[in-house]
Amino acid sequence: MNGESANEIEAEAQITVRNLTLAYGPVVLMRDLNFTVKRGDVFIIMGASGCGKSTLLRNMIGLIEPTEGEIFYDKANFTRSNAEERRSFFRRFGVLYQSGGLWSSMTLAENVALPLEEYTDLGPVEIREIAAFKLALVGLNGFEDFYPSQISGGMRKRLGLARAIALDPEVLFFDEPSAGLDPINSRRLDDLILAVRDTLGATVVAVTHELPSIFAIGNNGIFLDSESKSAIASGDPKELLAHSQNAKVQEFLTRGERRPGE
Amino acid sequence: MMEVLTQSDGAPGVSLETVGEATLVVQLSGAWRLQKNAASVSPVQKALETSHIRCVRFDAKALTSWDSSILIFLTKVTELCSQRNIITEREGLPDGIRRLLELAEIAPEQEGAKQPTDRPSFLARVGSTTTGSYISLSEMVSFLGEVTLTFVKLVKMRARYRTADLFLIVQECGAQALPIVTLISFLVGVIMAFVGAIQLQQFGAQIYVADLVGIAVVRDMGAMMTGIIMAGRTGAAFAAQLGTMKVTQEIDALITLGFSPLEYLVLPRMIALCLMMPLLSLYSDLMGILGGAAVGLWMLDLSWTTYYHQTVHAITLTALFGGVFKGVIYGVLIALSGCLRGMQCGGSAAAVGEAATSAVVTSIVFIVTACGALSVIFYIIGI
Repeated sequence: MNGESANEIEAEAQITVRNLTLAYGPVVLMRDLNFTVKRGDVFIIMGASGCGKSTLLRNMIGLIEPTEGEIFYDKANFTRSNAEERRSFFRRFGVLYQSGGLWSSMTLAENVALPLEEYTDLGPVEIREIAAFKLALVGLNGFEDFYPSQISGGMRKRLGLARAIALDPEVLFFDEPSAGLDPINSRRLDDLILAVRDTLGATVVAVTHELPSIFAIGNNGIFLDSESKSAIASGDPKELLAHSQNAKVQEFLTRGERRPGE
Repeated sequence: MMEVLTQSDGAPGVSLETVGEATLVVQLSGAWRLQKNAASVSPVQKALETSHIRCVRFDAKALTSWDSSILIFLTKVTELCSQRNIITEREGLPDGIRRLLELAEIAPEQEGAKQPTDRPSFLARVGSTTTGSYISLSEMVSFLGEVTLTFVKLVKMRARYRTADLFLIVQECGAQALPIVTLISFLVGVIMAFVGAIQLQQFGAQIYVADLVGIAVVRDMGAMMTGIIMAGRTGAAFAAQLGTMKVTQEIDALITLGFSPLEYLVLPRMIALCLMMPLLSLYSDLMGILGGAAVGLWMLDLSWTTYYHQTVHAITLTALFGGVFKGVIYGVLIALSGCLRGMQCGGSAAAVGEAATSAVVTSIVFIVTACGALSVIFYIIGI
């Protein structure tokens, strides 16, 4: 690889993670993670339960400070940013939480409107219109004045998505988006994620172990292994399935049909 | 050599037989049930210790039925054998037992996952409790610092919170607290008057019940009673609300949208309580005096005007302001402890309960301590 193409890759990379170490107190989950996410990627963080996928995501969105290492967004250092700079990073993020993280004291419309009120100078009427539009995008039109506790689990996930895309973010983070959804709703959410990615041009980083979702939406990813406390594979999940020589990756991606040593 | 160890009708039985020089056959019999006392491994252990066994086999022909109890027995035997590098052959066991044993052995024990079960020594416990209290104190101080900085932001008009939230909390901890404050304050006024009246009547000084109730309620009891009611009512509610928001990731969602939970959640709660506590204290003073007056009117046959004038004469404006000031301080303390415990809450339903309990305990401890400290300060400066 010559210098020029290395620069090109660097320019394309939207998220760069360098020497990241994840730990809860003295327990180290992952050591020296290095990877890049390119603009427009749907990047899947894979691995067995408890290996640190969600922790990695929480580090990437600043809910936990990394034990060591740094995270860059468009070459700007996120880990070492001060409170004011953090806000400008947050402005570009959209996050869909595992348990929704919906503000239960606000209606659906208010949930979507709050980020708009905070970051834009729009008037209340326009904000209400945009909120209604975003809710319509995820199929929740007509539910503006409901409270999150009054709608079903699948609808709550979609509301989470509507709120995550309220500010047309550059990077969307999903923590187990289809966990707890039936196959049809799960498929709908996958389609929605892809549609959002295509229309907004956003980069998607998702933690999931739903195999159909991984193959349906992912075009890049990383595979974390708790035993070696490192990433043992990276790339397009479909390519990994077809070509990876790593037994653990094969076992995971085939639901254990191809076991190590077979 | 054949040795029957335990055997009765249907009970789990184990007998040991040595075949050749170095092979021990463990014969299992009877019905193995968790409800019954399982056979002990100590005979097997003794046999392994006393003779030079190199291989252990099992014979389960006489086994009538089994459940997990036999698996635990066999796991123990396997452990004993592996410690002494003795081979175990499981061919003699039923298929089901073999499969389950293999399943239990397939996943290696997670390194570092096992919690130490030994009770730590007395010194270690003293040490960890001390460091624990130090950590909790430093958390409290840093929370106080952050809240102070947030208040500075508020003064500079740069704090961001929803006014609608503030009004809702004001309503919850103000107007909606009136019934309980009325009830408790009035009754405490009545009780104080009763206790005082019985003593004072002996000297024919029943008119001084008005002074007693008036001064006690206005200087201390009004703010104190309101404080304790609000600690149980609102402090616990704050902790539970914030704790639940933490569990459901609502606070995470605020942070990653660039909102400071301190400005957005803690600040309106602090403001609301600081505004409502003095008002509720004043109201509680009034109710307490009315309670005293009720006793004066109906038990001591004092007239309304006499009681009124005696009370007005007894209480000073300084005492009234002192009481209201205490109310403000208690409000700050309740809001601080409620919000602190809520923000410290762990990720489970039990943790929310603990946060609420701890909020009430912390607020009451703070209130009583502050009441003592303020009384001393007021005495020194002569109020």
